[in-house]
Amino acid sequence: MEDSDMTDAPAAPLGNEEEEQVTDLPTPQDATAGASTKLEDMFGDDSDDDDDEFSSSAPARPAASSQPDPQSAPAPSKPRYAEPDTLRQFYSRLFPFRPLFQWLNHSPTPQPDFQNREFAFVLPGGAYIRYQSFASADLFRKQCIQMTPERFEIGPQYSINPRDRKTLRKASAFRPVMKELVFDIDMTDYDPIRTCCSGAAICPKCWQFITMAIKVVDAALREDFGFQHILWVYSGRRGAHAWISDKRAREMDDTKRRALANYLVLVSGNEQGKKTGIKRPLHPHIDRSLKILNPYFQTDVLADQDPWHSAERAEKLLALLPDKTLTTALQKKWDSSPNRSSNQKWSDIDTVAEAGNLSATFTAKQLVEAKQDIRLEYTYPRLDAEVSKKLNHLLKSPFVVHPGTGRVCVPIDTRSLEDFDPFSVPTVTQLLQEIDAWDAEHVGMTEEDRAKVQDWQRTSLKPYVEYFRGYVAGLLKAESAAGKRGREEEGVAGSESMEF
Amino acid sequence: MLAATAAPRIDAKKRAVLDPRKRQFAKAQYAECEYSHRMNFYTTPPTGDVSLEEFEEWGIARLKVLAELEACQFRNKSPAETEEYMKPVLDKYMRLSSTGARSGEAGQLERKRDHYSHWTLRLAFSSTADLRQRFARLEAQLFKLRLQHDNATERKEFIASLPMSWEVVGEEEKRLWLDDLKAATGCRRDDDESWFKVEWEKVPELVERRQCLLKRGKAYVHVREQLSMVVNEFSRTLESGLELAARHLPRLDEDNRLGPILHHLSQSFVAPDAGYSESSSIGDITVPTAASIDGLSQHFPLCMQNLHRELRKNSHLKHFGRLQYTLFLKGIGLSLQECIVFWRKSFKLIADDKFKSEYLYNIRHSYGDVGGDANRRGRGYTPYSCQKLLTEAPPSAGQTHGCPYRTYSPDNLVGLLQSVGVSDRALLQGVREDVGKQRFHIACNRVFEHAHRGSLKKVKDENMWPASELDTILHPNTYFKRSFLLKNLGNVRSGDLGVVGGDGVGTQESAAGAGEL
Repeated sequence: MEDSDMTDAPAAPLGNEEEEQVTDLPTPQDATAGASTKLEDMFGDDSDDDDDEFSSSAPARPAASSQPDPQSAPAPSKPRYAEPDTLRQFYSRLFPFRPLFQWLNHSPTPQPDFQNREFAFVLPGGAYIRYQSFASADLFRKQCIQMTPERFEIGPQYSINPRDRKTLRKASAFRPVMKELVFDIDMTDYDPIRTCCSGAAICPKCWQFITMAIKVVDAALREDFGFQHILWVYSGRRGAHAWISDKRAREMDDTKRRALANYLVLVSGNEQGKKTGIKRPLHPHIDRSLKILNPYFQTDVLADQDPWHSAERAEKLLALLPDKTLTTALQKKWDSSPNRSSNQKWSDIDTVAEAGNLSATFTAKQLVEAKQDIRLEYTYPRLDAEVSKKLNHLLKSPFVVHPGTGRVCVPIDTRSLEDFDPFSVPTVTQLLQEIDAWDAEHVGMTEEDRAKVQDWQRTSLKPYVEYFRGYVAGLLKAESAAGKRGREEEGVAGSESMEF
Repeated sequence: MLAATAAPRIDAKKRAVLDPRKRQFAKAQYAECEYSHRMNFYTTPPTGDVSLEEFEEWGIARLKVLAELEACQFRNKSPAETEEYMKPVLDKYMRLSSTGARSGEAGQLERKRDHYSHWTLRLAFSSTADLRQRFARLEAQLFKLRLQHDNATERKEFIASLPMSWEVVGEEEKRLWLDDLKAATGCRRDDDESWFKVEWEKVPELVERRQCLLKRGKAYVHVREQLSMVVNEFSRTLESGLELAARHLPRLDEDNRLGPILHHLSQSFVAPDAGYSESSSIGDITVPTAASIDGLSQHFPLCMQNLHRELRKNSHLKHFGRLQYTLFLKGIGLSLQECIVFWRKSFKLIADDKFKSEYLYNIRHSYGDVGGDANRRGRGYTPYSCQKLLTEAPPSAGQTHGCPYRTYSPDNLVGLLQSVGVSDRALLQGVREDVGKQRFHIACNRVFEHAHRGSLKKVKDENMWPASELDTILHPNTYFKRSFLLKNLGNVRSGDLGVVGGDGVGTQESAAGAGEL
């Protein structure tokens, strides 16, 4: 029963929502009650919405129905923050739907930017439902409360409403037209160079890599590409996402996205020691990045990570130095005195080189360049570039709960980037407790005063939501100014350009 | 203009166009363009008057150029070789003089031809995605080729006239960012120290390779990239223009005069059309007879060799195969009498009566010996060209006509080639690739060039034949003629076959070929 409920949920069309509003708006429901209303909806749907009758090519359906086991199996061992009840509380009381809507809609009143945008829901059972779309923020909120997705992802705005895609005669008429430019930085790409943790784990030491990456990418996006509306979001566990909402960024096609991503990519995480062949003289972007990264290299890499401490790890460093004479001399030195720290080994390179252990063909300039390459290898951002290259790529929304950690994917304020601590980001259970605690603290308050303080304001989510609201307000302001200007220009050019 | 004021009747044409969809023509209705640059970005369609003949003729001339350009590409000619090869072709079909060299009437006419023919072909090739892509690619190549040829000042003026939003980096800005500019664009010491800036979206390739400086969304690009940027912009606008034309094509307001021309033009793009001319026969060198066909068949192109082998194997050919082969034989100079003898002997399982009643008439008809007045006056049909073979209906079971490069599956084709003695591995691979890309006539030419590589080199080195005699082969009879001459190079020259070499024949032939188009 739960099964069918999930697989058929996407069929709920916009047309039915008004009815729903009447029937089930304010009543908080437990899981089974929610499911039963949904079933009703579902049967109601089939009469007026027959797009599921013929084709089963929707990616969501086979994916959902092919793995019914994991859906029923993990239920008992669920951590508390992934329970539908917790999530329902979270969505109904804390999730900032209105600013999120405005952020994606670029205007206070619903327009295609939001209405034709794809949302994909990951339900607690693991079902993945694509091509959801909503006419307004309220309808979106309602469906979240009803379906309690573990998380949801945001896709592009399509040429038509994603829910109507199967009614088209030509499949090619359904195509993505706009999406924020996104970046994904994931700590797993740093595994070859971090010594503190690996895989999904992170610690304050390796979070520094993310900090460095944000600084470099943010600088490039602002200075080189002139983007202004960049939102950095903690991904909930071990990485960060960037969402760039400038009109120019949103409208880029795949070619431009690929070009931009490749402009930024220098080191990829998979192949260790992969020579990227960095050209000299250094491109100003690389040069600037190196300047930003240099202090981090000293403190966070050499001191904290100590990446070449042991003999076998030091081999990695030697492999990165292209001169045979130098590496043998260094090897000898480190063999005779093991236990030298990375910091010492790094300065050893210069001392040994100055002592004349360089091949005749290898100049001091080449050594400087080789050392630059190593610094870049150990500090330069490692982007999951594929995410950025495609217009129709989905990315997890800000403010959803990470299903593994329970932490909320909060935005990161880049003005105080160094102070951001992923371990102090509130979890959903913590937030719900905070509401209760606040209520207990303010027992004496009148009902009226109490209503003035919204639920999210009673929790530690407050600064993040406020930051997000401020950010979105800035975006909307720029957008309406640009819109006015754009319309004026169009008015002038329109007479000629409309011809074709 | 003056006439308009004097004769109010003409005003009807200049009436305000009420239909908003037609308003694009309102400004330049029936106006002749002034061409101030040699090059053209083809952004505005021509609106002047042009006769149907010109419309077609100019289109065909341009088509020839494009076809040759494509042939260069498919033979992997280097840019320098292509340029050298294309120069005479361009001069012949689509001369475009620089402003300095020839201005005034003649120069304007050349440019008008260029302009109109581009738009003619644009209409002709917008119908399918495949044609659009090919046309856009070749036009871009032609554009690039010409742009490189343009002299420096004219090129500069032309580029400055383009509606591209670039801006030269001023001295002050240059001084401010000089080091960054140099580092970003890989500018060497002796390179020109000038840059221009554009929106970065215009140069994604340069951004991707980090070969330009980026500042707040502006890309600072070195001047050396300008040429490729112009060409890129050209193909971009052309591609979108073609898309647009494709959408409007079904609604073309047309009265059946342009349709057939456009259809013909797009058909010719499959393989450029080549007319047959009398001089493709070897009648003046040696007289082929029914008995000598077996010997001569080694010089036949694959399509005819295949028919010949089928004929020998089965002692029979079906109608279309017979027609194709008979016309070819007529083309090489086999007389009607000899041809009848040839078929009579070949169909050895057929009784005389049956042969007379069922086959003889067709042979005579092909030669124009019988049939209607028109047929007789035209001395029968002309031998089929590659284009004809490539566009006619493919053979069904039991039939063997057509071009084997097109009708055979690649594996069978390779088998067939091997059975006629073509076994070079690299060559066969090349043929496979050509056939995969549907360049059937290029595959055939490849086989030809391989078979005669020795003598072709000699001919080229010693400049024995004019360039037009070394063009891409587009007619089975041309194939045979060249093959025969190349094999008998020594004999022909020493006069054993009673001929003075290819020179006179060649020019005559190509002139005739062009005329028949």
